[in-house]
Amino acid sequence: MSDAVGQPLRHDSAEGHVAGTARYVDDLPEPPGILHLAFGLAADGHARLTGLDLTEVRAAPGVVAVFTAADIPGENNVGPVVHDDRLFAEDEILYPGQPLFLVAATTHRAARIAARLAKVEAEPRPAFVTIADAAAAGMDFEPPQIMARGDAAAALAGAAHRLAGTLTMGGQEHFYLEGQAALAVPGEAGQIHVVSSTQHPSEVQHLIAVLLGVTSADVTVEVRRMGGGFGGKETQAAAYAAACALVAARTGRPAKIRADRDDDMAMTGKRHDFIADYDVGFDGDGRIEGIRIALAARCGATVDLSLAISDRAMFHADNCYYLPAVEIVSRRLKTHSVSNTAFRGFGGPQGMMAIERVMDAIAAHLGLDPLAVRQANLYGPGRDVTPYHMRVEDNVAPEIVAELVASADYAARSEAVAGFNARHRILKKGLALTPVKFGISFTTTHLNQAGALVLVYADGSIHLNHGGTEMGQGLMIKVAQVVADVFGVPVATVKVSATRTDKVPNTSATAASSGTDLNAMAARNAAETIKQRLDAFAATQADAPSWSFGELCRNAHLARISLAATGYYATPKIHYDRAAHRGRPFLYFAYGAALSEVAIDTLTGEHRVVAVDILHDVGRSLNPAVDLGQIEGGFIQGMGWLTTEELVFDERGRLLTHAPSTYKIPTAGDRPPRMAMRLWDRGENVEATIHRSKAVGEPPLMLAISVFSALTQAVAAAAPGKGLPKLDAPATPERILAAIAELRAR
Amino acid sequence: MIRFVLDGEVIEVADAAPTDTLLDHLRYRLRRTGTKEGCAEGDCGACTVVVGELDGDAVKWRAVNACILFLPMVDGKAVATVESLSRNGALHPVQRAIADGHGSQCGFCTPGFVMSLYGRSIGALGTEGTPVRDVIAGNLCRCTGYGPILAAGEANPPQPADDRETAAVLRSIAPLRSGPGWFAPRTSDELAALLLEHPDARIVAGATDVGLWVTKGLRDLGTTIFIGDIADLRGIDEDGDAVTIGAAVRYSEAKQALAALHRDLGELVRRIGGLQVRNAGTIGGNIANGSPIGDMPPALIALGAELVLRRGGERRAMPLERFFLAYGKQDRQPGEFVERVRIPRPRASTRIRIAKLSKRFDSDISAVCGAFAIRLEEGRVVEARVAFGGMAGIPARAPACEAALTGKPWCEATFAEAAAALAEDYRPLSDLRGSAAYRLTVAANLVRSLGLERENLFDV
Repeated sequence: MSDAVGQPLRHDSAEGHVAGTARYVDDLPEPPGILHLAFGLAADGHARLTGLDLTEVRAAPGVVAVFTAADIPGENNVGPVVHDDRLFAEDEILYPGQPLFLVAATTHRAARIAARLAKVEAEPRPAFVTIADAAAAGMDFEPPQIMARGDAAAALAGAAHRLAGTLTMGGQEHFYLEGQAALAVPGEAGQIHVVSSTQHPSEVQHLIAVLLGVTSADVTVEVRRMGGGFGGKETQAAAYAAACALVAARTGRPAKIRADRDDDMAMTGKRHDFIADYDVGFDGDGRIEGIRIALAARCGATVDLSLAISDRAMFHADNCYYLPAVEIVSRRLKTHSVSNTAFRGFGGPQGMMAIERVMDAIAAHLGLDPLAVRQANLYGPGRDVTPYHMRVEDNVAPEIVAELVASADYAARSEAVAGFNARHRILKKGLALTPVKFGISFTTTHLNQAGALVLVYADGSIHLNHGGTEMGQGLMIKVAQVVADVFGVPVATVKVSATRTDKVPNTSATAASSGTDLNAMAARNAAETIKQRLDAFAATQADAPSWSFGELCRNAHLARISLAATGYYATPKIHYDRAAHRGRPFLYFAYGAALSEVAIDTLTGEHRVVAVDILHDVGRSLNPAVDLGQIEGGFIQGMGWLTTEELVFDERGRLLTHAPSTYKIPTAGDRPPRMAMRLWDRGENVEATIHRSKAVGEPPLMLAISVFSALTQAVAAAAPGKGLPKLDAPATPERILAAIAELRAR
Repeated sequence: MIRFVLDGEVIEVADAAPTDTLLDHLRYRLRRTGTKEGCAEGDCGACTVVVGELDGDAVKWRAVNACILFLPMVDGKAVATVESLSRNGALHPVQRAIADGHGSQCGFCTPGFVMSLYGRSIGALGTEGTPVRDVIAGNLCRCTGYGPILAAGEANPPQPADDRETAAVLRSIAPLRSGPGWFAPRTSDELAALLLEHPDARIVAGATDVGLWVTKGLRDLGTTIFIGDIADLRGIDEDGDAVTIGAAVRYSEAKQALAALHRDLGELVRRIGGLQVRNAGTIGGNIANGSPIGDMPPALIALGAELVLRRGGERRAMPLERFFLAYGKQDRQPGEFVERVRIPRPRASTRIRIAKLSKRFDSDISAVCGAFAIRLEEGRVVEARVAFGGMAGIPARAPACEAALTGKPWCEATFAEAAAALAEDYRPLSDLRGSAAYRLTVAANLVRSLGLERENLFDV
């Protein structure tokens, strides 16, 4: 046995990262004759496109060709589910930043300059940009979805206490450091090879095939690594890859695109902003008896993944809490703005924010400690069925919360915060402990499958391939650890390779935190197939006990034993009836809890997160270093979403914050000076996942809801006794100041 | 042609346009792709390299953003990229610490962090006595949450560097000082003469703003005059009465002198851009570009700074606030240039407060920046200078507020009244950084806060 599993091994590309030798799409050597591409974007929003004069674009220096919808041999679509995402607008411009045409030029700069020279004739149409606009106009992508259990109306009517309220949450830009990029090289007989910075090579392959009118077998998509994804390269990479493929197919020349940051931010979708309305009935201890939650999501101009994202928001509107009688209604609203998309958590964070706000509201109403209200509402024995009728069989939230309360000394910290607030006139502190329960599995059941290809060479070296993509999350090293463990060899023996659609077909996106759960299982199955052959062979060889792994492989090869195998895995147990919103969409849940302490300046609205304590359950960790990295990174990213990261759109749907100069993700200085993170040492998946580990990609992001809740408490401390502040997210200085003013004016 | 030194080798670029960036040259001409483009506007640090110039026998290095550094700006200088660090096959200790400490995830920002921390490890400009978090505040990472990168920085304290080889090569090449469409004069007299000849030429100091006109605006700058190497514009003169700062002095170079004037001024400088921006951007440029939210002008106006402009052999001086005429319009004639700014030392009886408010603490542009210099005699205000950025189309004083303060005792009620007077001084706009209502409210609160006992969020 190797001791690879469970070790805090560093990222397989760590040395390449620090040396600058790890290559991303734009770092690859450029094939001779390469064309550089730039999209021509709609400057204004919703309009009827009446004319597109590209004369000046074509005449610009360096321009080789210009493409529009008319040049697409197949379907003008890069949309994943509903085919409503045009590569280029045809008759209707749906949002500012929508691609209208594509320039291929001899240099990147020439392409960008030319792309701004088009004369666009368009008749402006009314733009519905906000959730309120779209809701009032009835712009629903599908009928409102209802998830219910019990009689919420009766429970609300009968409850001793009842409260209603609203929370608005902004969206979030992914801000992967590597912008969208792709490179296509034409092959022979109409085949094409595309290197794409994508989380979903199979989908890029399929979309390109249909767009070019060829078969999937004609298109190979490859991705070695992304410079960050976070969901932003799940569907959003397709347009860039398709653009390159179109140019390569039409010109016979290699083609590359790399989006300028501003163009990338204008063109690509973001986390959905939401409005959550609640109406909750509860008893004197703050225990919920009945609740109605209405979630409205701003989906943008096309469907993209918005339906599944909104579903996941509903799935997480309970978080860790038992809702005895519940009705969750979700609206998915079309707006004339860039189409929102997957982002770490995939709607889960927005659903969870809603119920955590309810907890704070109940506590404020009853004058209780919000932690007591949260604990009173946790799932527990006899109170363990979710709003979608799934029994929670692995509930460890009460234990994790209790352990964090003790280890972070919540009581003393709470007292210290109260003391601080009594001593300070301008500064106020807030403290909050919030739990996380996040469902693991794609809620679209068929996506829960994976394939792998393991090749053992006669020298004993191992080539590992699977359908998962590396975006920094440490998937490759974790899967390599699992495979090394099967063969009992050092991890370095296992060579990680690029993900390619010609090695493993029909893969799912690397998304939903599922990368390791699915692909490590598939890879283990492939490795075990080979291992069993090797073991069977060795059993027949007297000398086998003295052989090294390499010698074993050499001899097995000479004995004509196959050393290659595919592996496959499909998640068991899961099923879901979407029409009824009932079933078991998740194999299991990942849990965690965080305690955040913040301070605000009540004169300026500025805030600071001063201390964070986290306890998180990753089951039996495959790699504690990677897992802690996901926890810290996820937390800080979630903190950014809820504090400094503000997307501002104008009335035509134009994004005004389209660069890091105006859109502010956390810097090193925003990292709380105290950040105590621990993996829950009793963690173990009750389901038979890979080595009983749990997924870790998304859940920690939602630990940052504790920051928002703590900020809410700090604002409340600025006007004690006035109740729950109307603080919306992100909690910018402006919103904090406004919430204080509103509270004081009550 | 321009020439620069890279890993001991002289790189000659025969066909450099004045606005070709160092980043593009490294990546697409020299195929050094370790240095990344993350934003092309100097806000993410993925393109961080260090640039060195001779300083006597030594080489003075500074970390800068290669994405908005034009090639002529490295003419005659040395450049080191992430590839330079492990040339001998072994990782530099900074690289080792990040790799072993799990400081990279997707790895795309990593070379930039490596170079910022490398800069610190060789004592590059602006790193001395600077906490690691400030050294890397201009580097964005979206994956790690920064903890392991901070730890890697702490584990690699500054060490003396041996730059003899680089210095020797640098001495062997003389800067070329001009090329097709560009000039890089070495004295202000040369600059004055050039500007008379080319009154419409674009003056570029650190290119931290103008760089974006090229990378984002895709503009052709026309004739460009680089002033970053004009020795007599790079001086800081300190005497008993004032600190005088040349137009080409970079923020990092001026920080100490400014911080000595007042703690808040040093703090303001610390929060301008990231270190890479402060290592390139100049106070002269920040004034000359006339940004309505330029962070230095409100503070300098409150302190009573005087601007000296020069055209040919003629100079004129004016209070800084008079330079800003209207949004996008400054009192600068064709052929004229900002030569220096003189900041009088505050008297002991003057109380100063400077506050910058932004969505993010580090490396953000202020929604509102307020600066106050209030002189007291016997407990009463005898002179009040109040200036704000972000409240109007230009950085501007607040006469009604100043009047409301003058003659009054320093107390809560005085500042409450003065705060109310701000509504007469400004009609701010709503934009992506804040609404008009927020700006007015928070500006008034800043005035009010002067009358209250100070509670600093960052002391918590």
